Amino acid sequence: MKKVPLTLTFSGVLLVLALAPTVLDSYYLGLLTLILVYSLLAMSVDVMAGFAGRTPLCHGALFGCGAYAVMYYVATLGGSPIWGIAFALGLVLLVSLVFALLAVRTSGVYFLLLTLALGMIIWGVCLRWTSVSGGENGLRGSIRPNWLLDPMRFYYFVFLCSTFLSYALYRFVSSPFGLTLKGIRESESRMQSLGYNTTLHLTIGFCCSGLFAGTAGIMYAFLNSFVSPSSVALTQSVKGLLMAIIGGVGTLFGGVAGAAIIIVLENLVSSMTERWSMVLGGLFVFTMIFAPSGLLGKFRQK
Amino acid sequence: MNLTIFQLLNGLTFAALLFIVASGFTLIFGLMRIVNLAHGAFYLLGGYLAYWLATWSGSFWIGILGAAFLIASVGWIEQKILRLVKGVELHQVLLSLGLALMINDASLVAFGGDTLSVPIPDILKGPMPVFGMLYPKYRLFVFCAGVFVFIALWLIIQRTKLGALIRAGVDDAETIEALGIDIKKIFIFTFMLGMALAGIAGALGGAFLTLYPTADSEILVYSLAVVIIGGRGSLVGAAIGSFAVAMLATFGQVWFPELSYFVIFGPMALLLAFKPTGLYGKA
Repeated sequence: MKKVPLTLTFSGVLLVLALAPTVLDSYYLGLLTLILVYSLLAMSVDVMAGFAGRTPLCHGALFGCGAYAVMYYVATLGGSPIWGIAFALGLVLLVSLVFALLAVRTSGVYFLLLTLALGMIIWGVCLRWTSVSGGENGLRGSIRPNWLLDPMRFYYFVFLCSTFLSYALYRFVSSPFGLTLKGIRESESRMQSLGYNTTLHLTIGFCCSGLFAGTAGIMYAFLNSFVSPSSVALTQSVKGLLMAIIGGVGTLFGGVAGAAIIIVLENLVSSMTERWSMVLGGLFVFTMIFAPSGLLGKFRQK
Repeated sequence: MNLTIFQLLNGLTFAALLFIVASGFTLIFGLMRIVNLAHGAFYLLGGYLAYWLATWSGSFWIGILGAAFLIASVGWIEQKILRLVKGVELHQVLLSLGLALMINDASLVAFGGDTLSVPIPDILKGPMPVFGMLYPKYRLFVFCAGVFVFIALWLIIQRTKLGALIRAGVDDAETIEALGIDIKKIFIFTFMLGMALAGIAGALGGAFLTLYPTADSEILVYSLAVVIIGGRGSLVGAAIGSFAVAMLATFGQVWFPELSYFVIFGPMALLLAFKPTGLYGKA
């Protein structure tokens, strides 16, 4: 197979995404918006899993944390969306920082476990803290400012945001800082002996990655006008991780493809049966057995 | 005063249940380096199976034994599947997570989303006097079961040849294999033992914590906290961890009902800051 230049692929994808609203009806437009939102989540997971070599299982919780925070601020307290976003980002940053301080000194399975437990705590709090989170019913309410109510305009808003943020993430991972993270993935002790403060690097990396996951969550809240404990649950983290893995760990933009595959599949399966979580689990098992480095990675190698 | 003792007893019985779940979890983690994230799902499935068997046969004991046996059999299948990605621990963990989702969904299909409770035998129904107050007999029974499991496991691990092999395997599985011992058999035995314990815990817990679709996640988080506090592969660590987590969860529920989940997080964080491998964990 002849190799298509990467820039060409990117411009093609961007062009398709920019023109898509002209031909899609509102349902598919919503789906496409959702894919963009989840791509951001998948990429934020990949920053940790692919570049820092620490597979996290808490990004769904950070995602949900952002969504809950903005919903609570705007819909429950009646604040302005801009301040809601600032509040949510601040909260996500704080939570990420706490998680990072606790988790980054561990690696491998222990890191996975810790982030899983930490993420579950967020879920537990969202489920039980009924007076703030609305318990099982979640929070509901339109929080989009008037100028974003039109689905097409909202799509372009998300499109521009996520393109910009993806570029920012790309610059982040290819910066000297990102390369240091890669170095830590390869050998933490070597980086330490070279004089790098690996804990600090991992903490900052984790916080950045968490912020992006939180941003995705904020966009999700804007899109759906609804957030419930299931948006914070483990399944969400699993979904984010699976998107990153399917797209290819360490490829960053692979997450977009992973998100597209999972979201489309989710909608397809959900329209036929209620057994989506079975399919998601099965897909996870299948991926881990046959293509742990990513389905797309497999194709690329050939 | 009485209320505090009552809560204390509640904490103790919950600790006993947690220990039964987490001991299997930590043994598997310690020996095979696999964090079986499907453990919570197996706990719940065990509870459902016990409910089904107990209502069908009319005997609680058949329910418990059946759940233990069936879950151990499912565990055998799981370790076969996990063997497919042998060698890469992270992939095994993620694989078990995928299995957990599937098992949960299957349980939901089979048993529905309603809250179920395993029927308990008449002999364990009702209260009995303890420390000058009345306390449910069944919870005391769970406490005794927890203590029994602890003693039994401790004896197996400290006093039998098999236990010696398990302990050696926790320290260095490769050397054991090099000594000509079939470590695979020990792995399978430990895995099935852990699964059976999860099934038993599901049956026991299903009678007083009830069974509902998210119960697996809750138990999994508690078990994770227990293992993180106690350290991987350590029975004593699991016992102390269970005690700490259960007490915090019980009193947390009384003092901060809405944030009870958050309360187990405090000491876990504190411990991690000083000893990332847990109290009795080995690096």
